[in-house]
Amino acid sequence: MTSVAPSAARRVGLATAAVGLAVLVCLPAWGDPSTMRILVEFITLLVLAQMWNLLAGYAGLVSIGQQAYVGLGGYALIVLADDLGVNPFLAVPLAGLVAAAVALPTAMLVFRFRGGYFAVGTWAIAEVYRLLVANTTGLGRGSGRTLKAVFSLSRESREVATYWLALAVGLAALVAVYLFLRSRHGLGLMAIRDSEPGSETLGVDVFRTKLGVYVGVAFGTGLTGALIYLNLLRISPDAAFSINWTAYTIFIVVIGGIGSLEGPLVGTALFFLVREMLSDFGAWYMILLGALAVGVMLAFPRGLWGLVAERWDVHVFPVQRRVPVEPAGPDPGRIRP
Amino acid sequence: MAWVDTVVQGLLLGGLYALFATGLSLIFGVMRIVNLAHGDFSILAAFLAVVTVESLGLHPFTALALIVPVMAALGYGLQRLVLNRVLGRGILPPVLVTFGLSIIIQNALLETFSADSRRLNPGGIETASVPLGHDLAVGWFPLITLAVAIAILAGLQLVIDRLPVGRAFRATSDDPETAELMGIDNRRLYALAMALSLAIVAVAGVFLGIRTTFTFASGPDRLLFAFEAVIIGGLGSLWGTLVGGAVLGVAQTVGAKLSPGWGVLTGHLVFLAVLLFRPQGLFARARRVA
Repeated sequence: MTSVAPSAARRVGLATAAVGLAVLVCLPAWGDPSTMRILVEFITLLVLAQMWNLLAGYAGLVSIGQQAYVGLGGYALIVLADDLGVNPFLAVPLAGLVAAAVALPTAMLVFRFRGGYFAVGTWAIAEVYRLLVANTTGLGRGSGRTLKAVFSLSRESREVATYWLALAVGLAALVAVYLFLRSRHGLGLMAIRDSEPGSETLGVDVFRTKLGVYVGVAFGTGLTGALIYLNLLRISPDAAFSINWTAYTIFIVVIGGIGSLEGPLVGTALFFLVREMLSDFGAWYMILLGALAVGVMLAFPRGLWGLVAERWDVHVFPVQRRVPVEPAGPDPGRIRP
Repeated sequence: MAWVDTVVQGLLLGGLYALFATGLSLIFGVMRIVNLAHGDFSILAAFLAVVTVESLGLHPFTALALIVPVMAALGYGLQRLVLNRVLGRGILPPVLVTFGLSIIIQNALLETFSADSRRLNPGGIETASVPLGHDLAVGWFPLITLAVAIAILAGLQLVIDRLPVGRAFRATSDDPETAELMGIDNRRLYALAMALSLAIVAVAGVFLGIRTTFTFASGPDRLLFAFEAVIIGGLGSLWGTLVGGAVLGVAQTVGAKLSPGWGVLTGHLVFLAVLLFRPQGLFARARRVA
């Protein structure tokens, strides 16, 4: 088996990405703060979507409880930066480590469930973390806390630094997921998705692979949670552990296309579009997105990007592998009778 | 005596939780999916009761005669039109579709009824109580709830054990392909199971609405309590859900008595303890219909 050779679509994609990235890096020079804030929000949702896509779309772990790690990451940022004096920007990746450390024992509990019960089990555990935080006096109980460590910085430098950090995190997440999926372990993961018993007989350690993905995704989700609250500055248990984080993520991934790296990008763009268009209509955008996600799941299980990829065979981030078609006629490499 | 009272209240609360758990367990038993909108359907039923009570002037108990058939029809249609299409395509589609429904129902309730909390008024019965001994009194309403829960569980057990439709439930649960070969229309059967599940959860929702206030966002907690009651009781055991509900109810009332913010959390922690030390639940059974 070989990887797909770089296609025209991929070269165009890479060139566009390089130009786009250069524009994004220079944005603070001319962009206004509200654009940067929206971009930070866009990137954080995109990373959450990439993480959930890896978890559900590739590892088959359909979690409804990823808000646990958004909340833990956000609270870890505040404790690290305000209570322990860590630099708030350095505290963001450390918050990811805190989330990963919590994910390890959590996995031991939720991995006892299969399929649908795994989904509810992760949701129940997320509620446990929310209630534990909401009952802890040092964390501000139900009313939450404010990130004070960044008050010494000027507003402008804080916003620019947060923006660049978000950009770096977004890029790192994309590259990390891409390289992981193209690696030996990524191949093992996709084998598990296609057939768990089959991959096990071929030597893939199913439990360890799934555990690794679960903990790695918790790291990425916790880090993103910290980034979200570095941007928002104010945290409360109900908001940080809200099921809405998972709902946004799932709708983005399902509509965009689960099981591809391009899908979450398409989905996040569509999510922002729908939200802006229906901003005057209260909760209707969630109803519309939910209906859209259910409809897409029923009609096009591979999502909108899946339609595009199937129709024109374009892959900006090729992670699928194909068996090379052997040329017709006698094969010189084969022993003939 | 205060502690005895707390435990008794918790045990009675367990009856309500068993009602929520039964429908969830039935669906999982028959078609191996978890309806993540289960709790939201109960809240939908409670809001339907509010509308019926306010517009027709009915008593909440009488309103059940209208709401239960409506919810059953909704369940039948939902299964036929939506959920049957996602069966047999892996674990992802049913989870995503029912989760999508959960978010849609919650936000539709928010848009229709606002974020205000509501309560159903049964006209005085919710405060009436029976004295048991000189320090202990038990509310009539929790007693009625428990009695209704036991009656519904017994009825369901009878349906599953004795009626042809129950035999078909068991057959499809054991082996859907062979059941189909024997002439069972699985898709119709799944629709009947969903109708039954939503009919039961409609009763649960109306009883919940009399017992306590609820909002558009009360559904997910009901789903989690139902799920925990099922796991504590043991998958596949109908009467186990009653015990699971009682254990959860007692954990919550005792936790809330220790510290007001700890009620629901204590319930969750007892659930985690059962998961850790007795993952098969208290009454696990090999056969898995409800």
